[in-house]
Amino acid sequence: MAHLQEAAVKKINEICDRYVDETTPLMMILSDIQKEYGYIPLEVQELVSERTGISVAEIYGVVTFYSFFSLKPKGKYVIGCCLGTACYVKGAQQIIDKFSELIGIKPGETSEDGLFTLDALRCIGACGIAPAVTINGKVYPKLTVDSVPKVVAEYREMEANN
Amino acid sequence: MAKVNIKIEGVPFEVEAGLTILEAAKACGFEIPSLCAFNHGECSKGSCRVCLVEATGARGLVASCVYPVAEGMEIKISSPKATAARRTSVELLLSNHNKNCQQCDKNGKCELLHVAKVTGARDDMYVGEQTAVTVDRLTPSIVRDTSKCVLCGRCVERCKNAHGTGVLGFEKRGFNTIVAPAENRSFANSPCILCGQCVSVCPTGALMEVSEIDKVDAAMKAGKYVVVQTAPAVRAALGEEFDMPVGTLVTGKMVAALKRLGFKKVFDTNFGADLTIMEEATELLSRVKNGGTLPMITSCSPGWVNYCEYYYGDLIPHLSSCKSPHEMFGAILKSYYCEKNGIDPKDMFVVSIMPCTAKKYEKERPELSVNGLKDVDAVLTTRELGKLIKRSGINFAKLPDEQFDNDIVGEYTGAGVIFGTTGGVMEAALRTAAYKLTGKELEKVELTAVRGFEGIKEASYNLGGTEVKVAVAHGMKNAKVLLDQIREGKSPYLFIEIMGCPGGCVAGGGQPYVKPCFLPNEDADILDTFKAKRAAALYQEDESKELRVSHKNPQIVELYESFLGEPNSHKAHELLHTTYKAKERFN
Repeated sequence: MAHLQEAAVKKINEICDRYVDETTPLMMILSDIQKEYGYIPLEVQELVSERTGISVAEIYGVVTFYSFFSLKPKGKYVIGCCLGTACYVKGAQQIIDKFSELIGIKPGETSEDGLFTLDALRCIGACGIAPAVTINGKVYPKLTVDSVPKVVAEYREMEANN
Repeated sequence: MAKVNIKIEGVPFEVEAGLTILEAAKACGFEIPSLCAFNHGECSKGSCRVCLVEATGARGLVASCVYPVAEGMEIKISSPKATAARRTSVELLLSNHNKNCQQCDKNGKCELLHVAKVTGARDDMYVGEQTAVTVDRLTPSIVRDTSKCVLCGRCVERCKNAHGTGVLGFEKRGFNTIVAPAENRSFANSPCILCGQCVSVCPTGALMEVSEIDKVDAAMKAGKYVVVQTAPAVRAALGEEFDMPVGTLVTGKMVAALKRLGFKKVFDTNFGADLTIMEEATELLSRVKNGGTLPMITSCSPGWVNYCEYYYGDLIPHLSSCKSPHEMFGAILKSYYCEKNGIDPKDMFVVSIMPCTAKKYEKERPELSVNGLKDVDAVLTTRELGKLIKRSGINFAKLPDEQFDNDIVGEYTGAGVIFGTTGGVMEAALRTAAYKLTGKELEKVELTAVRGFEGIKEASYNLGGTEVKVAVAHGMKNAKVLLDQIREGKSPYLFIEIMGCPGGCVAGGGQPYVKPCFLPNEDADILDTFKAKRAAALYQEDESKELRVSHKNPQIVELYESFLGEPNSHKAHELLHTTYKAKERFN
């Protein structure tokens, strides 16, 4: 914990303070930290443990249970491929495989240039537009394998133009 | 308490409302096969699906460990549907289990093997993928082997309930779920105090002590002068390894067994306990007199010392600098005893039989050695001693009662015996402190206010005009309350006893397993009563001793006169005292 920067300690304390009156504040705290920093490393879990009295092991359990939480920093663009039942039936596996092939990373990994993270998601509740993919919150409905290269290129171009 | 009428296997019963089917059935004399369920729900309730039964009013089969009884409910344990389902549950558990049962140290005490037998589970019914395995053997105390884990959550709950630290938790999800310290770390680089409470509740071989029987064998083979000492709590529980009732005192048979196992000398750690009292009481009085750090806290329990170093490093000055009794005894054996008997200390090998897994770690501490020689060379748990005896073909029940060696060391008083239960160290220390403060012996040496299993016990004694306010806590969850008081500067106490395990050493992590399924002749509430039964055995031995105060132990008096000088002397400090340092929790 000694390794955390002062500003981060302050911010995380502030997040914990938001939920002091909640009986079960953990999910809210972790969710806010995930949004703020994009990941929740052990040092941060230790601080949350100290503030909430919930053991580090339990917090670590929650962080590793939900795919929404991450232990490592994510890429600039987080590609979430839904592999829920409906999407899976509609070919989501081929779509995530295509992303994998084009970016050169496995699901759960982040590309070396820090540009992309590829996540396999459980049902995101968008079965009507299956197979669904989200990139930083933007939804790509009814994606096909053939359209995947275009999507990746779109972000690479955007990055090149920046 | 409201009652409900139910039928089990067609037989009508009236039971307490609010009970689970499993509890109700037990109260009515039925033993529904169950695995994960433990001690009033000290587990991840309903997870293993072994205790399935049919119950009217429920849709499908229900897990009897979580499903409550209701008025008019008819429960069927033996229906074909229920028996087949229970068998399938066990077969599924076995399909993801490392079945090297013969090499498994839990063999004979494994609850999974027990339910497999009871349900008639067949081998290899479901062959497929296995969850990735972690085996952690990095600490000197505990082995964690996830290939044996059934995810019952007992260890997770026990760690949390006993210590509030919750070092263990469930990680990941679905088929990849494991029970582990955060990041699937070793216990060695997590803030685990190595108390072994998790080991004592684990139904399988997933959590075990690190066995040191081989080390003892090697020392014997090498022709070392191998001596053994036994902690007080061991004699109150060892009999259980040989199917004796919980709480049977087996001091004499234990000594007889150890003598037959080839140890050159069989000593009682209680001698060390008496010595600890001399040093600790003197330290306390000198702190009071010289304005030292108060309250002073006992340092006999290595689990507690680990906790202090991890979580309350700032309170280390409150810890007594005394080594624990077996370490003190080890140091005296390798100095005084060797000197008087012309033994080269390098040839001596000291084995401690302890109710504890943390003692295995403690003996490896570099600060617990003198002139490069470890005070204690090997620590065996009570369970390991049981194995050693069985392996040697000794019929324990038929052994005669024999006496500990006590040529120049080893004599002990009743004060030393009660170290083995919560409140005992405090009681023993006060017996001697009272004499030191008033010059008179206590009229009544039984200080009952510090006895019993309340989480935190307080007492106040007027000793020669000095008001001595003391407190006793066991289990770190209780200790934390007293420690936070100290941190806030609000502690009203002079002296505090803290033991790592709830109940103290009688319920230590190295003691025989208390598993109701293997104890058909004990009462149904044995998990609630075993600590008191074992403690009663120790109080019984205390009462039977003529000498019940440490300062009257003639060999201790002689040890000071001819070797150490006086308590807390320079030589005593060199041999009998130690230091601590704050540790990072995740290193």
